[in-house]
Parts: sequence; C-alpha cells; structure tokens
Amino acid sequence: MFKPVKIMDLPEEEMILPGTRLCPSCAPQLAYRFILKALGPKTIVTVPASCMTVVHGMQGATPVKVPVLNTTFETVAASASGIVASLKNLGKDKEVTVLAIAGDGGTVDIGIQGLSGAAERNTDMIYCCYDNEAYMNTGIQRSGSTPFGAITTTTPINGKLEHKKNMGMIMEAHGLSYIATACASYPQDLYAKFVKAKEMKGQGLRYIHVLAPCPPGWGFDNKLTIEIGRLAVKTGFWPMYEIIHGKMELSKESKRLVDPTKRKPLEEYLTPQRRFRKLNPSQLQEIKKYVNDTWETINKRVSC
Amino acid sequence: MEDKDYPNAHKKILASIQYPQIGEAGKTGTWRTMRPLIHEDKCIVVKTGTHNCHLCWLYCPEGVVSRTIPPTIDYDYCKGCGICANECPHDAIERMEEGGAKACPA
Ligand SMILES: Cc1ncc(C[n+]2csc(CCOP(=O)(O)OP(=O)(O)O)c2C)c(N)n1
Ligand code: SF4
Ligand code: SF4
Ligand SMILES: [Mg+2]
Repeated sequence: MFKPVKIMDLPEEEMILPGTRLCPSCAPQLAYRFILKALGPKTIVTVPASCMTVVHGMQGATPVKVPVLNTTFETVAASASGIVASLKNLGKDKEVTVLAIAGDGGTVDIGIQGLSGAAERNTDMIYCCYDNEAYMNTGIQRSGSTPFGAITTTTPINGKLEHKKNMGMIMEAHGLSYIATACASYPQDLYAKFVKAKEMKGQGLRYIHVLAPCPPGWGFDNKLTIEIGRLAVKTGFWPMYEIIHGKMELSKESKRLVDPTKRKPLEEYLTPQRRFRKLNPSQLQEIKKYVNDTWETINKRVSC
Repeated sequence: MEDKDYPNAHKKILASIQYPQIGEAGKTGTWRTMRPLIHEDKCIVVKTGTHNCHLCWLYCPEGVVSRTIPPTIDYDYCKGCGICANECPHDAIERMEEGGAKACPA
C-alpha cells in the first residue's frame, strides 16, 4: 500500500507537449501523461505499433520529451531487453528506467511471447499494457483482451464470444516481483503504482496493466471517458490490485468491493457503451457471472 | 530542437529521428466544436484562494488546463473533449458552441 497522492504533490511539468494527434478524450494519452510524470526524464521508452505510436508523432517532430524507440508490433519486450542490455554495457542501468508500453493487442496477443521471454529472464524493466480492449489503431478489431459480448469490426453479429484474458494472473505465473492493475480514471493511484515500480528497480520485470477507455472504440461520448473508467472499477468489472512478491493487495478503490452489495450494477457500466448495444439477457448474465467468479477468486486470496 | 543540437545522433541511430515540439499535430484547438469556459465566480480554487481542487488539470488528457489560480485553458491546443466540464464538481465549466453567437472571442 502507498499513501494517497494529493493533486498538488503530482509533478506539474508535462512530459508530453500538447497538440498531439491522438483523438480528443483518449484515456491512453491521459494514462501516459501520468506514467511519464511518475518515471521522470531519466526514462527510455519503447513502443510497438499502436495508438501509442501515433502520440509520438510523424517525421521530424514528437510531443514526447523523453527518448522513445518505435518498434515493430510483436517486439516491444525484446527491444526493451536490448535497451537494458546496452545500458548495462554503458554502466547506466542503475540511473535509467526502461519502459516498454504496448496496447492490449501488442501485449496479450502478438507480443506475449516476447513478454513471456523477458519475464522469464526477469529483465529489469517496467512493462505497461494500456488496455483499450481492441486493436484500435487499425479500426477496432477484437483482441484477446476484448470483453465478452463486445461488438468490434471482427465480432459484428453477436459480439465477442470469449472473455478477456486474465493478464495479471498470466504474468503472476512468471513469478514477478511486482504486478499491478490500474485505470486511467484514477490518475493518482496510477501514478503511485508507477512510482513504486520505478523504486523497485533492480528487481526484474515489473508489470502494470492499465484499463484505458477509448471513446470511438467503445462508443461513448468524449466527455464521459473518466466516468466510464470509474464505472468499470466501481461495478467490479475491473479489479485494481497489486501483487508484491506474491502477496495480493486490493487498491483503495476496489477494496470495499469484496462485498458484492457494494458493487454498482453492471448495467451502469455496460449500457452507455455502444459496443454492448446487442447484449441479450443471457449474455448479460454471463458477464455478471464472470465478474462474480473473478471476485470469488480474489476474495479467497485476500482473505487468507 | 533540431538535428544541429545533436550533431552525432545520425552516427549512432540508424533510423529517422524526431525532436520534441509543441503542436506536433498542428493547432489541435481547431478540432474543437465545443469550447469549455471556466466561470471563475463558481470555481472553488478562485473562491477560496487555495489549491483545493484542480480536477480539471488532473483529468485533461491533453494537459492544457493549468494548475493555477484561476485555472486557465490553452485554447490553441484544447481539443474540446468536455472532460473538464463533466468532472468539475462545482459546475464551474460551461461548454459553448464554437463559433456560435454565444461563444466568447478567443
Ligand atoms: C506484424 C504486424 N501486424 C499487424 C500490424 C498492423 N497494426 C498496427 S497497430 C495494430 C493494432 C494495435 O492494437 P493494440 O496493441 O491493442 O493497440 P491500440 O491500437 O489499440 O492502441 C495493428 C494490427 C502491424 N503493424 N504489424
Ligand atoms: S482510437 Fe482510442 S486509443 Fe486510439 S487515439 Fe483514439 S481514443 Fe485513443
Ligand atoms: S474542476 Fe472546477 S472547481 Fe475545480 S479547479 Fe477546475 S474549474 Fe475550479
Ligand atoms: Mg488496443
């Protein structure tokens, strides 16, 4: 656990200059804004093909003040491993943080072998998956992280038939020192988790999975981005936790949700999003069951 | 910043190089259809003279709202998403149609 961060304690300097080419109201951009505030200027970022590439700009110019390497879709963890190796070679590995940041497609699908390899070698980096729950940059195709029932351009009829991969648990099976889930709607919590991951330098791969709503991909009004992310957490759909050396701890916003009566009705989260517009009652029941099952597993772990 | 600030970069990096610049995508304020307007008489940090809110600064994905008293918005780059108006707990931010009769001058 960490002390709640006050707004005035957050660094005021922006590491991303305004006027980026991302959509208005992009939660991945909001998350990245606070990730870079947490990690500071002595950071090297590597990013695969995704909307996160787009924020880094076209030829000649970039809004981002830290060094960034744009890499191919499946290789972000491998490229981060290479950066860590060359920093070691230069004797600078103690002072520089290496951040691999990829979308859900780049993490849970095509990038997973590189990530699993880096996790197995326990390379000293922070790996962040910003999860907008589909391949957004190429026009909303379903990924292994798209939730059950969501309409995408590749699941247009009945919505996706499978649930989201549980990436936190997949990464835990690699025996990492630090795993956390966060959400762009809670910037202070997100900031504190990246500060902690930075402080755990020297302890191998630290993995943080950030849920980041995407207005065009999920189908909601731009002004609602923060609210939708908040509802994902408050309905229990997105549990926020840390696993530090194998011990799971629920984050402040999720702690009270161990009691199912404290969770907001799931419909409040699903109904405002057009991607769930075709949900039938049995699909809704299936999502409710998924959320309940997720929490039963969590409750067993945090209560013992 | 440009190439001349990094005279040896091309010798070390075998790829295209980009340098930090404000407005990488141009004046993104021109994308805006709705303009957020802060009513200082309703804003709690102005009313109390203390930094006891700044949620509009916190949640802006673009980072164009200042953490000052009063808070200000950089209209050159604000894309007009409306998050600030939606999140302000004191209803101090109003959204006005851009270019409409009601809109205030830039
Ligand atoms: C090997 C390869 N296959 C496909 C692509 C095309 N491509 C570029 S970005 C992208 C989607 C990325 O999705 P995700 O990782 O979820 O990031 P998001 O765009 O949602 O931010 C795809 C399929 C590519 N660049 N390389
Ligand atoms: S498509 Fe979604 S994730 Fe990509 S830039 Fe737009 S809002 Fe952000
Ligand atoms: S969110 Fe509203 S009350 Fe708070 S600082 Fe911004 S304008 Fe003022
Ligand atoms: Mg994605």
